[in-house]
Amino acid sequence: MDYFVLVIAAIFVNNIVLAQYLGNCPFIGTSKSSGVAIGMGLAVVFVATMAAAITWCVQKFLLAPYDLAYLQTIAFILVIAALVQFVEMFLKKAVPPLYKSLGIFLPLITTNCAVLGIAIICQRKEYGLVETVVFSLASGAGFLLALVVLAGIRERLDLARVPISLKGTPLALIMAGLMSLTFFAFKGMAS
Amino acid sequence: MSTLWKEFSKGLWTDLPPFKLVLGLCPTLAVTKTAYNGFGMGVAVIFVLALSNLLVSLLRKVIPAKVRIACFIVVAASLVVCVELLMQAYAYPLYQQLGIFVPLIVVNCIILGRAEAFASKNPILLSVADGLGMGLGYTLALTFLGSLRELFGYGTWFGMQVMGGWYEPFTFMVEAPGAFVCLGLILAGMNALTNWQRRSKGLAPVQGPGHDCKSCGMCACKE
Repeated sequence: MDYFVLVIAAIFVNNIVLAQYLGNCPFIGTSKSSGVAIGMGLAVVFVATMAAAITWCVQKFLLAPYDLAYLQTIAFILVIAALVQFVEMFLKKAVPPLYKSLGIFLPLITTNCAVLGIAIICQRKEYGLVETVVFSLASGAGFLLALVVLAGIRERLDLARVPISLKGTPLALIMAGLMSLTFFAFKGMAS
Repeated sequence: MSTLWKEFSKGLWTDLPPFKLVLGLCPTLAVTKTAYNGFGMGVAVIFVLALSNLLVSLLRKVIPAKVRIACFIVVAASLVVCVELLMQAYAYPLYQQLGIFVPLIVVNCIILGRAEAFASKNPILLSVADGLGMGLGYTLALTFLGSLRELFGYGTWFGMQVMGGWYEPFTFMVEAPGAFVCLGLILAGMNALTNWQRRSKGLAPVQGPGHDCKSCGMCACKE
């Protein structure tokens, strides 16, 4: 039951993009078509979950015992960068079809603040390992949901006649605002 | 001297990071609840950006091209750790207000983007000027957005009461939806201004610059 609440809270109530402002660059940048959005979203779910689990172990077994907590930022970003590189190499060798669809998004993910953000949030909320995995999986799913919905909206907007100054990023941001307003209705639930 | 000024001043208007290049969106949206928070974030970014440009430019002949991204990340991350420690020591309330977004400066695309696009190819002084200009532009943009949101959301500016007692605070502005809509409208306003200038010169209006992931450092590096 606790995990259920955790999942609902991470996807809807504290949606990583729409309520916590993380990962906005890829959110705006890769939401032009739903195919790209799904690829990027899945890559984030995958990497964020692995990164959160590994950084949790790094914090627990490396940084905390040796009193190196102040090196958290630098250690986490290096772990994530190495992990992304490793995942890329592994997918290329082992699962070429998956690499074909996710490969181009992987290098983007190192600087996706959602991934580092999720890892740090798990530390600040002092989650255990299982909670960390569940939370990061759900947060990634929240990112995927928001990205795919926005991509769907933008595909339709492309066909609409809007003032040229609003076309593209400004309108995408305003749409994101309206989506955020919808998700705002969940605020206070399951917290 | 004139080239120095050119590199410095481009960050203030023509390449204004969040509004013209559409980079570094997360902190732009997240920490601009009040003008003071936006300003504080901007100052932290100036510090990191100027020093990272300096270090990357110093090391540009030493860093092998293949692992340059990892090197840039290490430089940026070390500087961010310095900022975190400095803020904990001298500006603890601000550090708490900015929360998770202080460590996240390291993944702000502006830092890596400038390292890759400018500092790794230019001499030291020019790189520092570029970093200072971009950082200052970022600070001004964040302070501007923060001022707007604080003014309408709380009726104050830098904590000072501006609106009279008759003003009913428009809470929408200081919540997440307000941030998105506000930034969207500012970008649209910038585009409208560009198009107005183009029209007066007799040119056709154009669509504004989109946020293209290619404009951020990470993609540019991955050929």
